[in-house]
Amino acid sequence: MSIEFLVASAIGVLTMAGIYLCLRGRTFPVVLGLAMLSYAINLFLFAIGRLVVNRPPLYEKGLTEYTDPLPQALVLTAIVISFGMTALAVVLSLRSFLETGTDQVDGMIEADPPEPDPEALS
Amino acid sequence: MIDALIVGPLLLPAFAGTATLLFWLRYRWIGAIISIASIMGLVALAITLMVQAASGEVIAYALGDWPAPFGIVLVLDRLSALMLLLTALLGLAVAVHATLTGLDRKGWHFHALFQFQLLGVNGAFLTGDLFNLFVFFEVLLIASYGLMLHGQGARRLTAGVQYVIVNLIGSTLFLIALGLLYGVTGTLNMADMAARAAALPAGDQGLLRAGGLLLTVVFGLKAALLPLHLWLPRTYAAAAPAVAALFAIMTKVGAYAIIRTIPLIFGDGASMFLLPAALGTMLIGFVGLLAARGLGDLAAFALIGSTATLLTAIALFDEPGMAAALYYLPHTTISAALLFLTIDLIVRWRGIEGGAIVPTPHYKGQGWLGFQFLAVAVALVGLPPLSGFIGKLLILQAAAASPYMVAIWVMVLGTSLLGLIGLARAGSTLFWKEDASPPIADDRPVPRAVEALPACFLLALLAAFTVLAGPATAYMEATSAQIFDTAGYVRSVLGSEDGRVGR
Repeated sequence: MSIEFLVASAIGVLTMAGIYLCLRGRTFPVVLGLAMLSYAINLFLFAIGRLVVNRPPLYEKGLTEYTDPLPQALVLTAIVISFGMTALAVVLSLRSFLETGTDQVDGMIEADPPEPDPEALS
Repeated sequence: MIDALIVGPLLLPAFAGTATLLFWLRYRWIGAIISIASIMGLVALAITLMVQAASGEVIAYALGDWPAPFGIVLVLDRLSALMLLLTALLGLAVAVHATLTGLDRKGWHFHALFQFQLLGVNGAFLTGDLFNLFVFFEVLLIASYGLMLHGQGARRLTAGVQYVIVNLIGSTLFLIALGLLYGVTGTLNMADMAARAAALPAGDQGLLRAGGLLLTVVFGLKAALLPLHLWLPRTYAAAAPAVAALFAIMTKVGAYAIIRTIPLIFGDGASMFLLPAALGTMLIGFVGLLAARGLGDLAAFALIGSTATLLTAIALFDEPGMAAALYYLPHTTISAALLFLTIDLIVRWRGIEGGAIVPTPHYKGQGWLGFQFLAVAVALVGLPPLSGFIGKLLILQAAAASPYMVAIWVMVLGTSLLGLIGLARAGSTLFWKEDASPPIADDRPVPRAVEALPACFLLALLAAFTVLAGPATAYMEATSAQIFDTAGYVRSVLGSEDGRVGR
């Protein structure tokens, strides 16, 4: 099995799981889905400079063949941003759960709410 | 020397935003003064840069002096200068309004977030690099999450969670598009990508188009285009109205990104879905305006509808259409922001809590607010004498040559009628009917005339934009010609036609 097939199917499976989880109604699966999607994107960005094995990204003595260093820098930026954003999404959903008493993304109170907040009903 | 001024719109808010953090606990008025002074500085900078750009020159500034396709460049042309000035003027009005009404004291770090929001917006308008555009999108989004949640409350939090999730998925799509484009062209510099996209082998054209369409989807999400508009009404209606007024520029960031990238890199082939989507959005926006029960919904749907009118003109992708769109762009931004500021004043000044469109007992300042509402309704719908009329006229004129002329005319004129009915109904309920029955809350703030100053400033801008329509349209026509002169843009940024010299 080639490395291209492995990486491509890993990206595909991660994206699939991510999209499925993002479409769920509760905040926890949605946050997990966002994390999965960002992993898929990181792998994807890593692969856009073409997959090569055993080649350095930066100058090394006596070598003529290199891998593309730019995607690696991009992945680094993307990782930092998606990490921060996931943390924000977690804090925000937690706060929203504590204030509204529900972890539904659209804020609807279920049939048997823990403690309905009058403002959430409006 | 003047070239280095291009970095000013990025550095000034970055330093000012950090400086306001020093006064977050005590002497908070110093933070407000720093913030407002910084925005005044931005206005001055934007005017200087606009004078510079009006000569027709495209000025590229290489950050760190790394030459163009390798380092990141900031590019100043007529379009970026126009957007910078618009952002600064809008930011000034909103910051003063928020300070006068005490919104900045309802939570922490309002002014810092505000400055970083301006930093992100200015950066998106100036950058000449696609990945850098993504980074500035993230900067403005992160600040907007904070601003949107400012003041808190359960309803705002729920809407905030949705807003964050939608935009995170949007950023994901943006990265996929960037990855595809880098994979086929091997560059992220917009000018370099334009030069290389033209020379791509036929086998890669499909991937390039897929990347272009994905980018359009992302920018359409920011501009609230039809299937992707659902997040906007809830977010903007739930945010503090003054913050929503600033967010009026955010949908225009999406529109700007479409204007900047599509003609330059993809030609007009990547945009065939834009016109039907924009026409549908226009209908949704004005029907929503007609159906709105609350003031927040009313303003949010008006923003969707008028942004869609702008995108319709952009989607023509020819010079007259783009010139009309560019004239309409500042108008729609300012009038939507003015509507948000007006409803904020109505909610503050009248005797009852909440933003429902219901008759209330007479209150102090109702007459002035009635006039202000009338003016903004006239501007938004596009009746004479304000600039909306000229803008819509230019759009109709530009569409006359298009094969979709009938559809565009029917939609623009029909939705104007819908908007007129909706705003007239809301206005007569708010200002003509009187109903003494709703209980008046005791702790209402006393209306102060000074709170209406920023709204008057925006109104004066609209009036000036109408009176100066001649010079303004001349500037917009030159801008439009510059946008479609892609070879000139590439030459200015890279120093040669195809970017091959100097490698």
